[in-house]
Amino acid sequence: MLRYAFRRLLSLGLSLLAASVVIFAVIEVIPGDPAAYMLGLNADPAAVAALRDELGLTGSPLARYLDWLGGMLTGDFGRSYTYRVPVADLVAQRLWVSLPLAAYALTLSTAIALPAGLWAAARRGGPVDFGVMGATQLGIAVPNFWFAMLLVLVFAVKLNWFSAGGFPGWEAGLVPGLKALTLPAVALALPQAAILARVMRSALIETLGQDYIRSARAKGLTRGQAIRRHAFRNALIPVLTILGLQFSFLIAGAIIIENVFFLPGLGRLIFQAITQRDLVVVESMVMLLVFAVILVTFLVDLAYAAVDPRLRRR
Amino acid sequence: MTGRVQLVIGGALSAVFLVAAAVSLVWVPHDVAALNIADRLRPPGGAYPLGTDQFGRDLLSMLMVGARSSIAVALVAVGIGMGLGVPLGLLAAANRGGWLDELVMRMNDLIFAFPALVIAILITAVFGPSAVNAILAIGIFNIPVFARVTRGAALSLWTLDYILAARVAGKGAARISVEHILPNIANLLIVQGSIQFSLGILAEAGMSYVGLGAQPPTPSWGRMLAEAQTMIYTAPALAILPGLCIVLLVLGLNLMGDGLRDALDPRLRRAAR
Repeated sequence: MLRYAFRRLLSLGLSLLAASVVIFAVIEVIPGDPAAYMLGLNADPAAVAALRDELGLTGSPLARYLDWLGGMLTGDFGRSYTYRVPVADLVAQRLWVSLPLAAYALTLSTAIALPAGLWAAARRGGPVDFGVMGATQLGIAVPNFWFAMLLVLVFAVKLNWFSAGGFPGWEAGLVPGLKALTLPAVALALPQAAILARVMRSALIETLGQDYIRSARAKGLTRGQAIRRHAFRNALIPVLTILGLQFSFLIAGAIIIENVFFLPGLGRLIFQAITQRDLVVVESMVMLLVFAVILVTFLVDLAYAAVDPRLRRR
Repeated sequence: MTGRVQLVIGGALSAVFLVAAAVSLVWVPHDVAALNIADRLRPPGGAYPLGTDQFGRDLLSMLMVGARSSIAVALVAVGIGMGLGVPLGLLAAANRGGWLDELVMRMNDLIFAFPALVIAILITAVFGPSAVNAILAIGIFNIPVFARVTRGAALSLWTLDYILAARVAGKGAARISVEHILPNIANLLIVQGSIQFSLGILAEAGMSYVGLGAQPPTPSWGRMLAEAQTMIYTAPALAILPGLCIVLLVLGLNLMGDGLRDALDPRLRRAAR
C-alpha cells in the first residue's frame, strides 16, 4: 500500500508540473506581451513598461516560470493588478463561500442519490424504479444554471422564502449564511444526484446478482438484510469513483452557479479577473482549480486502493 | 422503456431541433438582429407565435438561431474529439504497453484535469470571448474521452484470433487498426458520440450563459437565459422557453443514445439496464 501511495504521489507531482507548464504557456507566452494585453490597445508605453517591471516580465520565460512555480510552492501567488492585494488573500476570502457551497451540494446530492438508487434497485422493474429512472433522466438533461433560475422564480420571486442572490457573510451568523447558500447548493446538487443515483442503482443491481449474495440469502438473511450487510458496501466502490470524477463537474458547476446567485466566491472572482484582464489572478486561479481536480483524483485512487487491495498492483 | 421506444422518442425530439436549426439557415419568421421597441414583451400569438423579448425580437426566431449555435458548437466539438481522440486511442492500443501508449495516456490524464469550462476560461482570458473558444474548449475536453473509449475497446480486440490471423497474413499495425479494429468499435464510438454531443449542448449553454460563448448579436440559448435573468421579476416567461429547449434537446439526444446502444449492440442490452 505504501509503495502504491508513493508511486501515485510521484505521478501527482508530475501531473501538477505538466499542468503548470501548460497554464504558464497559455497565459504568459502565447499572448506575446501580457503587460500590453492587460492595459489594452491605447496604453501609454511608459505604463506598459512599468507594469512589465512590476509583473517581473523582464526575465526570460524560463526564469519567469521557475519564479512563478517557486512562488506558488511558498504560498505566493502573485499580486492582483486590479485589486492591488496578494492573490492568495483574495482566494482565501472567497474560499469561505465556494468551499462550503461545494460541501453543501455534495452532501445534498449524496443524501438524495444513495437512498434513491438503493430504493430503485431494490424495487427493480417496479413503479418506484421507473419513477426514479425517469427523474434521473430529466435531472441529467436540466442545465444547473437554468434549474437555479427556476428555483429563484419559485422560491424567491413567487414565494419570497429566499433572497434571489447575494451572500450576507458568515459574520451575519451561520443560519443566514446557510440560507443564502441553500438554493445554489440545491441547483448544484441536482445533476450530480441524478448521475449518482443511476450509478448507485446499477452497481447495486450488479452486486445483487453475485454469488455471495445468494449464499447470504441461503443462510437465511432476508433480501433487505443481504442488501444492508453485503450488497450496499460493495456497490459503494463504483459510486466512490464516480464521486471523484464528478468533482471537476462540481467545480465547473460552482463557477457558473456563483454567477447566477451573485455569490462572492472563486467563480465570481475568476470572471471579474477575465473582464478586467487581470491575468495574474486568472493564471493562479486556474492553477488552483486544476490542482484541486488532480488532488481529488489522487485521493480517490488512494481510497479506492484502500478499499480494494486488488488495485494496488497496477 | 424499451430501447426502440427510447430511440423513436429521442430521435423525434432531436430531429425537431435539427430541422429548426437547418431551417434557420435559410428562413426565420423575423430578423433576430432588428430591434423593435414598439413590440417589446408581447405575449404569444399573432405575428409572434411565442411572443417577443425586451427588445421586441421574435422569440421563435431567436430560439431557432439559438438551436443552430448550440448544435454547431457541440457537433464540431464532437468532431474535434473524435478526429484526434480516435487515432490517438488506436495508436495507443497498437503500441500497448510501450512508451507511445504511456505518453498518450499521460497526456489524456493531463487534459482530464482541465474541465471544459476551465479551458474556456484560459482561452478567453487571453483571446477574448467567442463561439470558437467554446468549440475549442469542449473539443479539447472531448479528445481524452474518445481516446480512452477507443483504446479500451481496441485493446480487447487485439487479443482476438482474427486479429492474429491478420497479423500472420502480414498486415501491419496501422492497417489492422483501420481495417479491422475501427469497423468493430464504430458502434461504440457512435454511442459515445451521441453522449458527448448532448454534454456539449449543456456545456455550450453554460458557457454562453456566463459570456464565454457566442457573442451578441448572435442569439444563443445560454445568453438568452442570462438576459432573461435580469428581468426575472418583470418578465419571468422569458426565462422558461430557452431552458425548456435545452432540456428537450439534451433529453432527446440522451434517449437516442440509450436507444442506439441497445439497437447497435445487443450484448450491452442487459448491462445497460
